[in-house]
Amino acid sequence: MSIFEYNGSAVVAMVGKNCFAIASDRRLGVQLQTVATDFQRVFKIHDKLYIGLSGLATDAQTLYQRLVFRHKLYQLREERDMKPETFASLVSALLYEKRFGPYFCQPVIAGLGEDNEPFICTMDCIGAKELAKDFVVSGTASESLYGACESMFKPNMEPEELVETISQALLSSVDRDCLSGWGGYVLLLTPTEVQERVLKARMD
Amino acid sequence: MAGYMDLPTKGGFDFGLCRRNESLAEKKGLKIPGFLKTGTTIVGLVFKDGVVLGADTRATEGPIVADKNCEKIHFMAPNIYCCGAGTAADTEAVTDMVSSQLQLHRYATGRESRVVTALTLLKSHLFKYQGHVSAALVLGGVDCTGPHLHTVYPHGSTDTLPFATMGSGSLAAMSVFESKYKEGLTREEGIDLVAQAISAGVFNDLGSGSNVDVCVITKGKTEYLRNHLLPNPRTYVSSKGYSFTKGQTEILYTKVTQLKPKVDVSEGGDAMEE
Repeated sequence: MSIFEYNGSAVVAMVGKNCFAIASDRRLGVQLQTVATDFQRVFKIHDKLYIGLSGLATDAQTLYQRLVFRHKLYQLREERDMKPETFASLVSALLYEKRFGPYFCQPVIAGLGEDNEPFICTMDCIGAKELAKDFVVSGTASESLYGACESMFKPNMEPEELVETISQALLSSVDRDCLSGWGGYVLLLTPTEVQERVLKARMD
Repeated sequence: MAGYMDLPTKGGFDFGLCRRNESLAEKKGLKIPGFLKTGTTIVGLVFKDGVVLGADTRATEGPIVADKNCEKIHFMAPNIYCCGAGTAADTEAVTDMVSSQLQLHRYATGRESRVVTALTLLKSHLFKYQGHVSAALVLGGVDCTGPHLHTVYPHGSTDTLPFATMGSGSLAAMSVFESKYKEGLTREEGIDLVAQAISAGVFNDLGSGSNVDVCVITKGKTEYLRNHLLPNPRTYVSSKGYSFTKGQTEILYTKVTQLKPKVDVSEGGDAMEE
């Protein structure tokens, strides 16, 4: 078993029209044993920037703490929030620093930049950035998420449709992965509001 | 571990987690996973008045295509570009590092960067890490001493060649070069040959795929032809796509938070009296 599969996870982000959605499963397991079904993998950096961390849960939380720390230092020095692109470079640098002893995390970054231009990106655990215009996936369910998103995604979706699409993509993908699922969490960000939803899913 | 969280570090690798990761692998029998690779075809050739570089656009993670249209031709200096194969993070980091060193060198000297400078910086970094930084590169550019093309291997050895290929598709691409390359090609012939070589990689090597990127560097001019060829378009997109009836997904809990509008602070009005 790979370290990435130790806790199990599924994270996905999709872009819509002036909005984005980031979703994850809610399971925390130790190999095949489920430990919690309300685990958070999506974290807020600032009002319009979120990061989802799949992979080893302990590293996800440590990495999140370090990222918040670095972002707060930036806010103090610059008196502004970080742009999503800048933040992606920060995450990448932080991960690449540990090139030979990495955090076992695959981040998904999603944010609204200037003029509410959505930005999504993912990385491998040593910070190789992968920018996308449509959707990004990571976690143990990534293979099935690729398939689901590839067929379900449409460009320029309105917020309500986006939530529906990402929810269905997530739910159908985690049902084909033993290690993730047990509930879903979807966060939608539009220029004016944040909508968080907890999805009902199969609990097996 | 001391001062670990104190301040942003100044650079260099951090081996702090190596021991933990090793014991995780030993005691729990957990495998250390692979990284994002660019199982690539990258090529370059020298033509009459410059250099043409080419690359495919597939990034892989094991057998999965992670990115269908990634960029493998990296900027080094306005007159130098570099194609990267190997571990994606390494090629990206090493080219970024050298490109900023070159920029600083240009600020200090006020002269155009030379290809050999980039080459030396790259190979000394790679040699220092004894092949653990796995970046295989094709470096090309035009400087005051003319056009140059080099290949750099992960261990830090380099070649200087009139035509070069790297990555998992290098054999397919080299077969095209070996049969068709000649000295004194024109610009168009050069671009065409590079595109053919990359296409050979795209179609005959499983690690390479999608589109063809080309970069043409001549004296005083650089053209980056992103997606020069698109031989593999999606043919199966339905015009309607999937649409879901709203409210079909079962939701247990919803929370809506209104964002506060950003306050604009503008300078204006009368300045305060002293």
